[in-house]
Amino acid sequence: MMANVIDTAAIQPVKVSRLPKIFAAFKAAPVIPLTIIVVFVLAALLADLVTFHDAYQVKLPERLVPPAWVGDTTVMKTVSETVAIDELEKKITLTKASAIDSSSQVGDRIEVVVRQGGSWSRPLGTDPLGRDILTRIIYGARVSIIIAGAALAIGGGFGTLVGLTAGYYGGKIDTILMRFADITLAFPLILFAILLVMVLGPSMMNVIIAISLVLWARYARVIRGEALGLMQRDFIARARVSGASDWRIMMRHLLPNVMPTLIVLLTLQVGWVIIVEASLSFLGAGIPPPTPAWGGMLSEGKEYVSTAWWVTTAPGVAIMLVVMAFNLCGDWLREKLDPKQRSI
Amino acid sequence: MQRYIIRRVGESLLALFALSIIIFLMVRMTGDPALLMLPPDAGAERLEEIRHSMGLDKPLVVQYGLFVRDYSTLSFGNSLRTQTPVYDEVKDRLPNSLKLVGTAMVIVVLIAVPLGVLSAVCKGTWIDTLATGFAVLGQAVPVFWLGILMIQLFTIKLGWLPSSGMGGLDHYIMPAFALGFFTVAAIQRLLRSSLLEAMDSEYIKLARIKGLSEFKVVWKHALRNSLISVITLGGIYIAILVTLGILVEVVFAWPGMGRLLFQGIVFRDFPVVQAVVLMSAAIVIFSSLVVDIAYAYLDPRIRLQ
Repeated sequence: MMANVIDTAAIQPVKVSRLPKIFAAFKAAPVIPLTIIVVFVLAALLADLVTFHDAYQVKLPERLVPPAWVGDTTVMKTVSETVAIDELEKKITLTKASAIDSSSQVGDRIEVVVRQGGSWSRPLGTDPLGRDILTRIIYGARVSIIIAGAALAIGGGFGTLVGLTAGYYGGKIDTILMRFADITLAFPLILFAILLVMVLGPSMMNVIIAISLVLWARYARVIRGEALGLMQRDFIARARVSGASDWRIMMRHLLPNVMPTLIVLLTLQVGWVIIVEASLSFLGAGIPPPTPAWGGMLSEGKEYVSTAWWVTTAPGVAIMLVVMAFNLCGDWLREKLDPKQRSI
Repeated sequence: MQRYIIRRVGESLLALFALSIIIFLMVRMTGDPALLMLPPDAGAERLEEIRHSMGLDKPLVVQYGLFVRDYSTLSFGNSLRTQTPVYDEVKDRLPNSLKLVGTAMVIVVLIAVPLGVLSAVCKGTWIDTLATGFAVLGQAVPVFWLGILMIQLFTIKLGWLPSSGMGGLDHYIMPAFALGFFTVAAIQRLLRSSLLEAMDSEYIKLARIKGLSEFKVVWKHALRNSLISVITLGGIYIAILVTLGILVEVVFAWPGMGRLLFQGIVFRDFPVVQAVVLMSAAIVIFSSLVVDIAYAYLDPRIRLQ
């Protein structure tokens, strides 16, 4: 079997480019969700550059202007009396509609504009206080990203630390820490956050505190489970033999190995934090007005559902798209990084 | 089994204890709790009175004792807005909320289970794609916006359904569907994946070899085992329904606890908010206890652990 003998001396070290690997990693990446996330992040970062209106300034005469693609809303009216014409004229000056033909006679059917159509200077229309909705959506992205980022950094960071500690030391420390985590997980988050915000007062900081206070428990639980499994492995024992400190083993040996799980969990929870924040703002226990927050915008618009649908539609669509994008990316990452859970 | 029940009851009591401690300390650490319990224009005498009744001049342990005594006898104090005992309002509204959540639960089971089975059986076909797309949507659409969209379509455009308040059966349709949507999506996804896993197992192969009809294989053998993964999370689903119920009640002006809570937030009525939050949390903790015990009863693997 001469053919199977390999001349080891002849083997040259082959320089492998990493580029194909990186490309392969992005093969089958969810393009649309990733695009949505990029747009969302860019909008939040560059809000001042990409908007042309003030997000706060109230302009009552320009209230409830419909989106650009909506034309004039008109109704047919019969001119019945001179008084009626006066009335119509009054209405027309109010809505700034085109002038009616002064030659209209009693009995004529005329078209009266009750609401002017939108214009491209305000693509998504204006809200009940005359503020540009697109501008507020873009600034709202900034609010969402700050809250999601801060809550995940604080809650996720603390939870990971707790999880690593519990998994590393085991025994009594593990039992006590996990009992705390379970109790925290038993609380309905929104209820807890409402109470906290009521006591501390509504502000962005307090919303972040409230969400982080509950968020850590899930990380603690998941990371602890992973760490527990890793503790049985040889490399931990070897690290210990070589004299590494507890902290070093946790940070340099455990943490990198739980990273994939951590990244998946973080991605999957961005959407969740955004929905919780929107729910709190919707209930009036979140970001206080006039700061543009998507949940708050929905809340302000809910009185106008029958007359101005666009006020609630824009923030609703924004929340839905961003949350869906993060969820889909999280699912994709999970499949990529964690083949064990591929079926879920 | 007995040991399991004792452990779970202990855990629930611990959770309630932790909740009460957190609220107790939170209120006392951030300022004068007497100010939270009275309207801003209350006189110095009333303040002294409430300070005395809450025991604010006594040690913390005594204060906590008084706190627990008041809440376990359901005296939540007076509403700042109406000056009537909060308990009276809660008592009237609690059944309404339970009716809504109960209806939503029935809808969830009736839709989610067939949908999950259907998408697993028809894996890879357009039915599966549709059901999965529906699940992805269900987990991304905020429930309060869904409610608003439903009102826009079914009340304003079509005029089929009433948009607010309680009344006949037609008042339940929109709120209950909006409330159940998220949970349907979550259960559909979970059931689909656990069914697919079950269909690969040995006992299903055996059932097929035995010559059972496909219907029996799926609905009797595979589903029964897959449902366990859903029931495990039953407590969490109830917690989700109770929480989302608050938002749905606000959108549909449902005269329940959620709307009471919302009014409490708007009017900065702390006793009302505190009472609703405490009671809802207690309901969630209690129902997840019941679910877990029922689950242990159904599944010997848990019971005998």
